[in-house]
Amino acid sequence: MTESVVKVRDLDLVYQSGNEAFPALSDIELEVGAGEVLGIVGESGCGKSSLSSALLRLLPPNGRITRGHVFYKDLDLLEIPETRMRQFRGAELAMIFQDPLTSLNPTFTIGTQMRDVQRAHGGGSLSRAQIYRRSVEMLEQVGMPDPEDRLRSYPHEFSGGMRQRIMIAVALMLKPGVLIADEPTTALDVTLQAQILSLLRGLCKEEGTATIFISHDLGVVAQICDRVMVMYAGRVVESADLFSLFDEPLHPYTRALLRSIPSRNRRGSRLVSIPGRVPSLSALPSGCKFVNRCPHAQDVCRATEPRFLDIQGHRVRCHAYDSSSGFRDAGVVTADRFGD
Amino acid sequence: MEGKKAPRAEARDLCVHFGQRAAGFAKFTGRRAPVVHAVDDVSLEIGPREVVGLVGESGSGKTTLGKALLRLVPVTSGQVLFDGDDVSHSRGDQIRQFRRQAQMIFQDPHASLSPRLTISQLLEEPYRIHRIPEEDRTSVAHLLETVELSSELANKYPHELSGGQARRVGIARALALHPKLLIADEPTAGLDVSAIGNILNLMNDIKDEYGISYLIITHDIGVVEYIADRLAVMYLGNVVEVGPTERVLDDAAHPYTRALLSTVPKPDPRRKDGHAPSLLPGEIPSPKNPPSGCRFHTRCAYSDNGLCRTVMPKQEWVDESHAVYCHRWRTVRG
Repeated sequence: MTESVVKVRDLDLVYQSGNEAFPALSDIELEVGAGEVLGIVGESGCGKSSLSSALLRLLPPNGRITRGHVFYKDLDLLEIPETRMRQFRGAELAMIFQDPLTSLNPTFTIGTQMRDVQRAHGGGSLSRAQIYRRSVEMLEQVGMPDPEDRLRSYPHEFSGGMRQRIMIAVALMLKPGVLIADEPTTALDVTLQAQILSLLRGLCKEEGTATIFISHDLGVVAQICDRVMVMYAGRVVESADLFSLFDEPLHPYTRALLRSIPSRNRRGSRLVSIPGRVPSLSALPSGCKFVNRCPHAQDVCRATEPRFLDIQGHRVRCHAYDSSSGFRDAGVVTADRFGD
Repeated sequence: MEGKKAPRAEARDLCVHFGQRAAGFAKFTGRRAPVVHAVDDVSLEIGPREVVGLVGESGSGKTTLGKALLRLVPVTSGQVLFDGDDVSHSRGDQIRQFRRQAQMIFQDPHASLSPRLTISQLLEEPYRIHRIPEEDRTSVAHLLETVELSSELANKYPHELSGGQARRVGIARALALHPKLLIADEPTAGLDVSAIGNILNLMNDIKDEYGISYLIITHDIGVVEYIADRLAVMYLGNVVEVGPTERVLDDAAHPYTRALLSTVPKPDPRRKDGHAPSLLPGEIPSPKNPPSGCRFHTRCAYSDNGLCRTVMPKQEWVDESHAVYCHRWRTVRG
């Protein structure tokens, strides 16, 4: 892998409520290289969005990072002052949200909003003509017809797909090193989703942007990502390159996720459903967090939290793969491959 | 179609147009908003115990068609038949009888449950509305059990439920009157994968137990692949292709169906490199001003400048069960 642009080490995040602290993220490790797309998947409530907020230091007032580092290139973003961080957001670290309409100001034209972003970060060094040219160029890149005319339009005059294109244009306008896309296609139809995914992947490869793509849809992740990280209850439970993860998922949670996707191969048979729900942050089990939904759970799983193992680059947090954990009959778990 | 079992529900040349009558202020000014052709000339059958999947992009008229089949929106022209009876203009007792037998599961489970009623009141509401005597009712506890919910929920309010639970209450309420037809609008939208599996398993069980027919409206092709016997594809108010699920998936004859299927993300990373989706250019046109001729011609790679632009395609049969509405389907299948 090329040198990583973003690197997160041992990150812990808690949400404070009264006298209690709820651990939302724990021991997060990730790395994304230039031009690489990292997918983050998991059910709702597993901490995907908390993680993206933590990376940008946009946490709600009761959110506190208690440990760890977020490196952008060689700089620890958790160490720099807020004023410096503010210059970074939007310019070096860009984000695309799920709902473009709430991210665009309805009272200004697209052109004005694109201009303001450039002025805020350009420090007055850019001429009006330069700003205009760059705006038009970006709209062209994201496949907007008649970009010069459309700069004079307001957000409500665009369709959902076009708005998401505008968000991508704004996010990539200042050539950020990192792009975080939080469920960017969830609100779109499949035909538009396919357009946006291929656009996003193309631009990230072309510009060498390190991209973190958050989604709950494994199908989408399979289309756009190079590597995938599976989260559960605030932890990374598995992380691997795209092909290993889909061909040989190791964690029982990842396997269950993949098997619960409805498709024609499963016609007539029951879909695997994961019993129970993601535990709430106030009632996390003490050992492995997946223990009360896992078909293979044993005493050791209830007692101690598994380590984040590295099996030839394929990382997994499960006792069954740790020979020193005392997990019995590990062969049952390791043999329970996808593709039954 | 002789010799086949009579369909449970049927749409015949069904049209639903909105905004045809001047409403509100427009009555005085005489100005008319353009008519929205939400559903245009649609014919579709749903057989007894059959699961029909209805797919298409947003704005294609899927939900309106579903609602029209239940007479929840006024029918502009054409017919809605239920068990062979024309219910398109029934009123009073007749429509009440019909609605006992045909129910809907709405898309947004929270929005379709009154926040001021408890779950048990919500589940008894259909009985009150249809004045079903006490002895013929199914108990709330039993309804909750059918959808695998704990009876402790009976005294809770909808906001206390998770999305999956609210969806189950919606299903339980639709089942209360023992309908013969259930129309489910996006039954899996907004749910996590694990919950989707649960809901689909439940819907399958109910079908077998109660002998219900389903129309499942969804944009998730995975769902219809898994559960539907037949598949209907809609585009801009028209059904463009309908046939047995496997036939439509493997041998789609309409260029829109082909494009739609190719863009569906599959949890298979190998598709990314080898198999580029045939991206549809542009977006779905407005139903206020649908294109002339074949409505898909503005985005279609196969459209010619003659027939496709001027003449609306008629139903043609690929085989005895697989119909397509395309002038050039023979070329498309090539």
